[in-house]
Amino acid sequence: MSAPTDNSPEFPAGGTFPAGGTFPAGGTFPAGGTRRLVVVSGGLSQPSSTRLLADRLAQAVQRSLAPELTADVEIIELRELAQDITNNLLTGFPGPRLDAAIQSLTSADGAIMATPIFTTSYSGLFKSFIDVIDPDALTGLPVLIAATGGTERHSLALDYAMRPLFTYLHAIVAPTGVYAASGDWGADAGLVDRIDRAGSELAALMRATDRDARVRDPFALPAGFSPVGGFGAQ
Amino acid sequence: MSQMQFGIFTVSDITEDPTTRTTVSEAQRIQDTLTIARHAEEVGLDVFALGEHHNPPFWSSSPTTTLAYLAAQTSTLLLSTATTLITTNDPVKIAEDFSMLQHLAGGRVDLMLGRGNTGPVYPWFGKDIRQGIPLAIENYALLRRLWDEEVVDWTGQFRTPLQGFTSTPRPLDGVAPFVWHGSIRSPEIAEQAAYYGDGFFANNIFWPASHYQQLIGYYRQRFEHYGHGTAAQAIVGLGGQVFMRSKSQDAVDEFRPYFDNAPVYGHGPSLEDFTAQTPLTVGSPQQVIDRYAGMRNLFGDYQRQLFLMDHAGLPLKTVLEQLDILGGEVVPVLRRELAANRPAEAPDAPTHAARVAAAAAAPPETQENSAAEPMEVAS
Repeated sequence: MSAPTDNSPEFPAGGTFPAGGTFPAGGTFPAGGTRRLVVVSGGLSQPSSTRLLADRLAQAVQRSLAPELTADVEIIELRELAQDITNNLLTGFPGPRLDAAIQSLTSADGAIMATPIFTTSYSGLFKSFIDVIDPDALTGLPVLIAATGGTERHSLALDYAMRPLFTYLHAIVAPTGVYAASGDWGADAGLVDRIDRAGSELAALMRATDRDARVRDPFALPAGFSPVGGFGAQ
Repeated sequence: MSQMQFGIFTVSDITEDPTTRTTVSEAQRIQDTLTIARHAEEVGLDVFALGEHHNPPFWSSSPTTTLAYLAAQTSTLLLSTATTLITTNDPVKIAEDFSMLQHLAGGRVDLMLGRGNTGPVYPWFGKDIRQGIPLAIENYALLRRLWDEEVVDWTGQFRTPLQGFTSTPRPLDGVAPFVWHGSIRSPEIAEQAAYYGDGFFANNIFWPASHYQQLIGYYRQRFEHYGHGTAAQAIVGLGGQVFMRSKSQDAVDEFRPYFDNAPVYGHGPSLEDFTAQTPLTVGSPQQVIDRYAGMRNLFGDYQRQLFLMDHAGLPLKTVLEQLDILGGEVVPVLRRELAANRPAEAPDAPTHAARVAAAAAAPPETQENSAAEPMEVAS
């Protein structure tokens, strides 16, 4: 597909960004095919700067994967799932829409996880979404962490809150996290460079990932499980 | 001989009635539950199953005591549990208690094993919750032997060893109570049920049907793998939850405040979403019939259907009315509909009499665990 430019439209939320399109002249046909990139945006307002940042990051990943690989991008807007997430916390199971989002994220080849910073950390909604996912389900998933805030003062929240969260979940977190303060959207440089660097880091992880082989079957028995525990009923 | 058993199960919660803001006393709720159980028999239901809890607001800490009392007050009702904690109870005491109950009740007893869902119960009983599955596996292996073997020598990881131990009384007629293994999400428990050729009970209340379809499908397949029969011959039980009035809208209006404030799902999804996503059915008796007659299309022909009827603060009078509708209008039709086109190979629900007859008919060497399989199962 053609590399999206900075003027490319936003990805459709909840849908898959059309893969297809023409390939740049001189490019080779993608031997590796496509990679599934899932973007989770925890922004609450509409339009949201968190979503804006997440879209820019997704485009940077696509640019870095091209031309050998194309990325199918799917956006998960947590605002649309807020009620379902609360219901899951209360009942213990996901409704159909939330279930589809969780399945999509946990089977992806890579993910961009973007949240606004509220009161020194990721938003409660963002964390609640993480809390309803099986703690083993993100193991080995390449993740790019991103956050937005009013001022630069909270940029370290990426490294003291977001990064440990995904480390705990055994995701593979790209070294560069991208924080965008309000002022960054009016600065000449800096943010754009960080987006490109982070995008190329996640793309490198997604090229190499064996995620397909690691997606966990929740109904699989643990290796070596015995129904009699070695204490035979005979 | 009944193809399917229908009954009720209760968690023994003492919950405020949200419409009157009143809560019955513990003493009253215990008496109410006994009344509900006796009424289940009066309206023609087959099974009453009682939960086990060790913390308020639940009263049922000693199910076999309660069930023994009910055994004396009923004549056909099969008395069971939902569930008996295989993790924190001593398997020796389970073997003794349920054999005793079996004798008192003339065989009208079986039990459902579960791991429990209240974290602190493990430390309260000196156990480690992280060992939940290993406890369920080892404790049941011992329970099985205590019932099936006269004299047991045993050493395990979690309990004092036994040398020359005989659990008394011996199971009635030499046939132990039938065991169901209950699970909401653990494939290990489905595997365990399949290995022993025991029943598998899917609570079927809190999760969508698609989830239980996978779990039950797995159990059926493994039941066949272990040589107990075909997948269609596995013994499956399902939970369910209904509230009925002759006019559908009356049922919805009356049940909504109980749903909205229920301890398990209250203040979460709407009644409409929850009834769409889970087997909870609130409406006319015909709606309940239609929904539950369809369960076998999802899970295969099965043996036991239990309904949760008395939770969330519903008053006794309402619960008894619900049982009248269930026993009078719903279950007779479900019995007919589920008997129609039932494949010949689908087994009848397990009863003591049938199992005694089967044991007498079987050659001795094939009676127990004819599936001699390697102990270890690779994932």
